[in-house]
Amino acid sequence: MPLPTPQPNVRVVTLRIDDRDLSAREDETLIEVCRENRIPIPSLCHLDGLSVWGGCRLCMVEIAGQGRLVAACSTRVAEGMEVRTDTERLRHYRRTIVELLFAERNHVCSVCVSNGHCELQTLAQRCGVDHVRLPYRQVPYPVDSSHEMFRLDHNRCILCTRCVRVCDEIEGAHTWDVMNRGSDCRVITDLARPWGESETCTSCGKCVQVCPTGALVKQGTSAGEMVKDQHFLPILARRRHAR
Amino acid sequence: MSTQPKITVATAWLDGCSGCHMSFLDLDERLIELVEHVEIVYSPLVDTKELPERVDVGILEGSISSEDDLEKARLFRERCTRLVSLGDCAVTGNVPAMRNHFKLADVFDRAYRENVTLQPQIPTRDVPALLTPVKPVHGEVKVDVFVPGCPPSADAIWAVLSELIAGRTPDPNAVTRFGA
Repeated sequence: MPLPTPQPNVRVVTLRIDDRDLSAREDETLIEVCRENRIPIPSLCHLDGLSVWGGCRLCMVEIAGQGRLVAACSTRVAEGMEVRTDTERLRHYRRTIVELLFAERNHVCSVCVSNGHCELQTLAQRCGVDHVRLPYRQVPYPVDSSHEMFRLDHNRCILCTRCVRVCDEIEGAHTWDVMNRGSDCRVITDLARPWGESETCTSCGKCVQVCPTGALVKQGTSAGEMVKDQHFLPILARRRHAR
Repeated sequence: MSTQPKITVATAWLDGCSGCHMSFLDLDERLIELVEHVEIVYSPLVDTKELPERVDVGILEGSISSEDDLEKARLFRERCTRLVSLGDCAVTGNVPAMRNHFKLADVFDRAYRENVTLQPQIPTRDVPALLTPVKPVHGEVKVDVFVPGCPPSADAIWAVLSELIAGRTPDPNAVTRFGA
């Protein structure tokens, strides 16, 4: 999905989020309005500056009059909308989603270089995940250390596709993509060749910086050292898509 | 001195590195305050050989990796009113559970043959049989309180114990997290 281009003449709508009366441009999404107004909404796949993916479903909110939950990142505001971002039902589903992510792959925080700087880890604490109620799948995934500067650990990957999108939309290389389905789903470089052999990778490291977990890290960093910087992204995104 | 009756506490070390017990000892001078409220009736830190019939709070460190661990976890569940999973090994399986990705025979070969220069052999006497897969404590018995962390800090342990002593249900998430 291409990045939304700001329209010159957009209307302003009014809506209620968590009993607060707010106004927003009609081309904004719920998550954008919430972030502008400091209403916390968890998300792992959404990142300011990248296109909308709607994959992790952690940003789900309740809209009055609608039985189903909607993803705040992929739902535009509408006049008179009444939104709840933090109900018992939402907390239950968010907690379950985080637990499913932990159960699916090997996320051993204590031996991860992103320990202490991981969005999944922080979110687990925030969502009240103190243990995983499901049995762990215990399936090993490969690690690709073939790149001279970076490392890819599929065990830590949550398939948010931030790396795929930043490489395509900001760097313009489209080295990253996704293959297979379900639990076999993996992010790949080029046509599933080792990252170190990629002919399209520019080694810019944007994918590493936007990765929320320890799936993409710099080689040679030790536990707790892999601090990521995502401040560059909205600035670059605006410049790339300036009209 | 407190006039409140002391609560009894038992701790055990399953498959882990004992780091959680070390963190417990990191309470330092607060240990003196703690002994006014609790009596440690069974633990690697004291010399009791048998777990008493009734214990108020049982604390388990480490994951369930062997028949011995499983037996101990079941005994703790049976005899402890409240069971606490202390640390990431007990809560998630953590490092011991990383062997789940390999066949047990390969793990034995790596540990007792490949890296040994003198008398490579697999121990069979006086050691409990290993189980597959390694499980967190709640994978086998019901757990009441989960305290993640590798290890949880002394402050986190203090916060949780203080709540338990006061008869309240602690919220460990406020003071610790996975990998802390």
